[in-house]
Amino acid sequence: MMNIVLVVTAVIFSLAAAGAIVRISRGPSLLDRVLATDVLLAILGGALCVDMAVNRHLNNLMLVVAISIIGFIGSVTVARFVADRREQPNES
Amino acid sequence: MNPDRTSPDAWVDMLSAVFMIVGAIMSLGAAIGLLRFPDLLSRMHAATKPQVLGLFLLLASIGLQMRTWWVWPVLLVAWIFQLLTVPVSAHMVGRAGYRTKHLHRELLTSDELEAVVQKAAARAAREDGSDGGRGD
Amino acid sequence: MSRRRISLRQELPLLVWLVIVWGALWQDFSPGNLLFGALLAVAVARLFYLPPVELSGRFNILYAIPFALVFLGKVAAASAQLLYLAVARGPKVTNAVVAVPLRSRQDLMVTATGHVISLIPGSLVVEVDRSTSTLYLHALNISSPQRVESLKQEVRSIEAGLIRIMGTKEELETLRMEATA
Repeated sequence: MMNIVLVVTAVIFSLAAAGAIVRISRGPSLLDRVLATDVLLAILGGALCVDMAVNRHLNNLMLVVAISIIGFIGSVTVARFVADRREQPNES
Repeated sequence: MNPDRTSPDAWVDMLSAVFMIVGAIMSLGAAIGLLRFPDLLSRMHAATKPQVLGLFLLLASIGLQMRTWWVWPVLLVAWIFQLLTVPVSAHMVGRAGYRTKHLHRELLTSDELEAVVQKAAARAAREDGSDGGRGD
Repeated sequence: MSRRRISLRQELPLLVWLVIVWGALWQDFSPGNLLFGALLAVAVARLFYLPPVELSGRFNILYAIPFALVFLGKVAAASAQLLYLAVARGPKVTNAVVAVPLRSRQDLMVTATGHVISLIPGSLVVEVDRSTSTLYLHALNISSPQRVESLKQEVRSIEAGLIRIMGTKEELETLRMEATA
């Protein structure tokens, strides 16, 4: 049964990653792209989790923990930068 | 899988399989939301929140599959850190999005922050004195 | 922000949390490892001094467990709803920015409420006014003034739950006054 689960989740994760990548390439603004990159990272973390659960090992566990701790720093930094840049010249 | 084999092991396997598939669907939901919602702030909702439940289910399925008690604390720590960090990035991106006018006004049914922002901008303009032509 | 010494009692939750994280990351809860973790936690808390979070000193576990269960249920229900919205409504979704004044003036309380609200799909804190402790939320799928009102009610009930778990005595008192009035 685990093989079926692995195939199904792999298909779902691939579709999700494809959607996020489309948004990264198309996204009208920088913030959209950052958001989609965050989602892509979360999808990667989810795929690692499924791999560990199906194959019953814990090799990537620390990677998942690290993603959940520091994954937000990138988008916060970019959001900060965007807010500071755009506010000054007449808020266009 | 034979449905009438009801040993606890088979049930645990079944439960974790369901958790994994639902968790993966949550990621798919985030991607669909990213593609289909009209403006940045709506996409924000779709992008960050389903991942909380998704990661919870996936971590729970790891815990169920490993069948040892000492993985549970690590999984819990990972999830709690996610709970602490997700709203921070959501708030920062949302705030930047609102301030840089990345939302479609016609899709808002009410905006109670707009008036406050206008008032603050007017006060700032009065205090500055020099650039009076700012309030639009 | 003064540099006054904070009492050990105030620091204790932070130290316990650091020790738990240490044990969890090593996946080893033997006494020796935990002791070493505790030493490290004290050293870290002394060296990297942060302004103390002002805890009220009370924590009611009887309210905390049902609150956590209700929170999980809400997250699950709202995630499903978000999925439905993304698939069915998509580009035609309507939103609102809503101001919700909170009762509590404490930073910790406002932060906790904002976190819980942000974690439940469908609402997101856009801006915080710290002087009046007002949260400005961006909410998905708000089509009528009634929905705005029910959202405000929900936020205030979440805050009431958090006050029951870890609010100060004064906040509990105002909550009780409100219930009787």
